[in-house]
Amino acid sequence: MMSKIVRTQANFLYPLILIFGFYIVMHGHLTPGGGFQGGAVIATGIALVVVAYGYEKIKRWIKKTHLTAAEGIGLLCFIITAFIGIGTSFFYNFLANSGLIFGESIPYGINPGYLNTAGTLPIMNLAVGIEVLGGLGAIILYMMAYGREVSE
Amino acid sequence: MIEDIIHVLILAGLIVTAYLAVKLRDLLAAAVVLGVFSFLLSLEFYILQAPDVAIAEAGIGAGLTTAIFVIAVKKTARWEVEE
Repeated sequence: MMSKIVRTQANFLYPLILIFGFYIVMHGHLTPGGGFQGGAVIATGIALVVVAYGYEKIKRWIKKTHLTAAEGIGLLCFIITAFIGIGTSFFYNFLANSGLIFGESIPYGINPGYLNTAGTLPIMNLAVGIEVLGGLGAIILYMMAYGREVSE
Repeated sequence: MIEDIIHVLILAGLIVTAYLAVKLRDLLAAAVVLGVFSFLLSLEFYILQAPDVAIAEAGIGAGLTTAIFVIAVKKTARWEVEE
């Protein structure tokens, strides 16, 4: 548990960091960044709150089992999305230009970037983002959980 | 021209922060200086037109490893001792 100034800053910044991280994940096929970078940004927000509040308060809000479950679910989504297109080849982009979700066709020429395109790539970015936020958040929480604090 | 000056300033800052991170006896200050090093490195990546690497470096280097170092310093000793 740190001072009140740090906790107020953490309260203010935590939702903004989460929204920015999910923005990076969701726009991974259009702008710089992607699943790994967005997941790392979200894990930075988790680390901020954990360092500001201390483990005793945080363990009721963010659970280690949920984060490890997020890691597993992300990896499963990734590999299942890769295996759905196995009829043609592994990692086949079966959603692109199909008219379904993320399946819009792109007009020829320079465009500002349409979110509803690129087929399976946004789904894979989302899976990698969930996996990375689970893994890095679990690292932070396990660092906090074990060992005792030394005061001099 | 202005780009060269920014390059030189950032690289000089990188050398200074790296030297401080090795030389400081206060490990908490060394961790913070290492975070500044990562931030300057991400700025350098951004100027060299690699924004993807810059985001990863800013998230992992400046954010997560600094938090991990702060937690580790909190659970061990704060001052470096001569063996």
